Amino acid sequence: MSAALSLPGLAIEDWLAPFLPLERTLRARGPGWLQALRGKALASLRGEGFPTRRSEQWKYTDLRPVVAARFHPAEPAQPGDGDIRLAAALAEQPVVIINGRPSLPLPGPLDGRLIPLTEAWHQHSELAGVHLGRYASFDQRPFVALNTALFEDGLLVRIPAGSLLEAPVVIVHCAVPHGQPIAVHSRTLVLAGRNSRAAILEAWQGPDGQPYLSTAVTEVVLEQGALLDYTRLEQEGSEAFHFSALDARLERDSHLVSNSIALGGRLTRHEIGVVAADEGACCSLNGLYVPVGSQHVDNYTVVDHARPQTTSSQLYKGILDGRAEAVFQGRIIIRPQAQKSDAVQRNRNLLLSQAAVVNAKPQLEIQADDVRCAHGAAVGQVDQEALFYLRSRGLPIEQARRLLTLAFAEEVLERLKHPLLAEHLRQRLRERFGRGQEG
Amino acid sequence: MLEIRNLQVRAGEQLILRGIDLSVKPGEVHAIMGPNGSGKSTLAHVLAGRENYEVVGGEILFEGNNLLELSPEQRAGEGIFLAFQYPVEISGLTNLYFLHTALNAIRKYRGWPELDLLETQVLVRDRMKLLGITEALLGRPVNEGFSGGEKKRNEILQMAVLEPKLAILDETDSGLDIDALKAVATGINAMRHPARAMIIITHYQRLLEYVVPDFVHVMAGGRIVRSGGKELAAELERTGYAWLPAPEASLRELEI
Repeated sequence: MSAALSLPGLAIEDWLAPFLPLERTLRARGPGWLQALRGKALASLRGEGFPTRRSEQWKYTDLRPVVAARFHPAEPAQPGDGDIRLAAALAEQPVVIINGRPSLPLPGPLDGRLIPLTEAWHQHSELAGVHLGRYASFDQRPFVALNTALFEDGLLVRIPAGSLLEAPVVIVHCAVPHGQPIAVHSRTLVLAGRNSRAAILEAWQGPDGQPYLSTAVTEVVLEQGALLDYTRLEQEGSEAFHFSALDARLERDSHLVSNSIALGGRLTRHEIGVVAADEGACCSLNGLYVPVGSQHVDNYTVVDHARPQTTSSQLYKGILDGRAEAVFQGRIIIRPQAQKSDAVQRNRNLLLSQAAVVNAKPQLEIQADDVRCAHGAAVGQVDQEALFYLRSRGLPIEQARRLLTLAFAEEVLERLKHPLLAEHLRQRLRERFGRGQEG
Repeated sequence: MLEIRNLQVRAGEQLILRGIDLSVKPGEVHAIMGPNGSGKSTLAHVLAGRENYEVVGGEILFEGNNLLELSPEQRAGEGIFLAFQYPVEISGLTNLYFLHTALNAIRKYRGWPELDLLETQVLVRDRMKLLGITEALLGRPVNEGFSGGEKKRNEILQMAVLEPKLAILDETDSGLDIDALKAVATGINAMRHPARAMIIITHYQRLLEYVVPDFVHVMAGGRIVRSGGKELAAELERTGYAWLPAPEASLRELEI
């Protein structure tokens, strides 16, 4: 990673100018540790600038459209119709966050476990001060740095030790543009106590046809034996730039399931960094991306097996149509002391159009000898044998193609623990890949 | 019902079928036997409409209409069904939903009202009893992880649900143990009907002990070289295919 430091970053001062008044206000507001963190973030951003495609981590994603645009801080706003519809489709009592600010009051039954970050950094400084910003590094991650410097509020989710949350926590982040193109920063910190069990769904949503920038940073700590099912649904508007980061630290025998669904946006990137920090830690990372038109979606995962007997399993599937571009870069690090570790990575892509492009690149850094590591990437079209099979049973060719396309996504959808989300996604995919109730 | 006249079919550079004539009437069961490479499976796939083959001569009439002009899905709508030798696995598509979609596609083609999922389920359960198929198979993805026997039973289940006029069974008996073979045969026999014809393609006589054909044809080198009644199958079991021209010979003939 350090090799990238010498790369010339793209010009940043002009780009940053609209945010500097806000940055000064924020820096005067929080406790000392937060001020220091924000200062470091801004310095990192200024030092590195925006990475170019010469940077290994950004080889397949060109940030120039983001750099060429000018964004402005997002004001408080009321949710739009699309926001309300999505929130209602996903949960009875979702937490709604508008332009980075939680709508208060937070839902009742979870009260006390969900705390706005502005409150947490004062009243729970012992937690927030220790964890916030500790896992999401800035190195070659300008949008994590930007988010850290500029997030105005967010959410702390505390899952008490030994507790079992029956219902998933559903958080819907809405971008509500006004006037000039806005930049929205969402920030979440999840602390899952020892042997706790919980499910969290974070969704990002915004209106079509309006350019805006959405950055999202979620940091997660799983204490010993904790199990967390974490799902992100990115459903930004058609002209949105979205950059998300999920950074998780897994303690002994903890288990993280991450499902990353990318539907919207013009240019989006979803980074996941997992550190299996103690023995028996385990993660399953699933992803589904379905870009069409001229959408560009980039998934970048880093799994760091730092200790022995840690396990990771990744399954990322993409369906591409039109001139869409998708990137999957999956980096697996197995440290010298991480013997008996097991890492599997699978990436499968279905191309519905000749003009669609996939760049798939595994990066394996295996420094231990007694480990198992398997990876595979595949790019293909609808299976002709299966297509003939369905047609021979009476399905018209377009319906058969559609059914096989939806079936391809099903392997990821069936892993989702939220029935409402799975249904919502099936509906969206039917809309995207052809109409008809039969699909 | 089915009239095949002087059918000649090529795959790539190679002529696989070299003048097939076959006439099948409603209610009849025809067995087509022959060694590997004789063209049996090619004939089955050409009837179902597979596109990798080029028909270079002859014609196929189904109920008086030119079958070769129809797409695979139109043929299914007209009542043709092919039980695959190697049924395709489709992950992410449950068996029941597949049956439901196929059934409605065919009903729609015929201008019949579509069934809802519950009505399909009732129909499918009824047909499953014939075949000893367990309920669990319905909720699983199509053929994924099925044993050889389960796959073949699943083909017969599809036939029983879709109720074709002409069923073509391509090596449905291959790879089955005796219990699975009997179950499949029971299902096939239950589907015999004065209005329905069947073409059973097989390498061995085994299945024909349980499903007794009206006619037996022997294919070799892309032609039907002999036709007869059910006793021909038993004769073949005794004599084998050694008396037929060797496939190498027929290939050499092709190059001339």
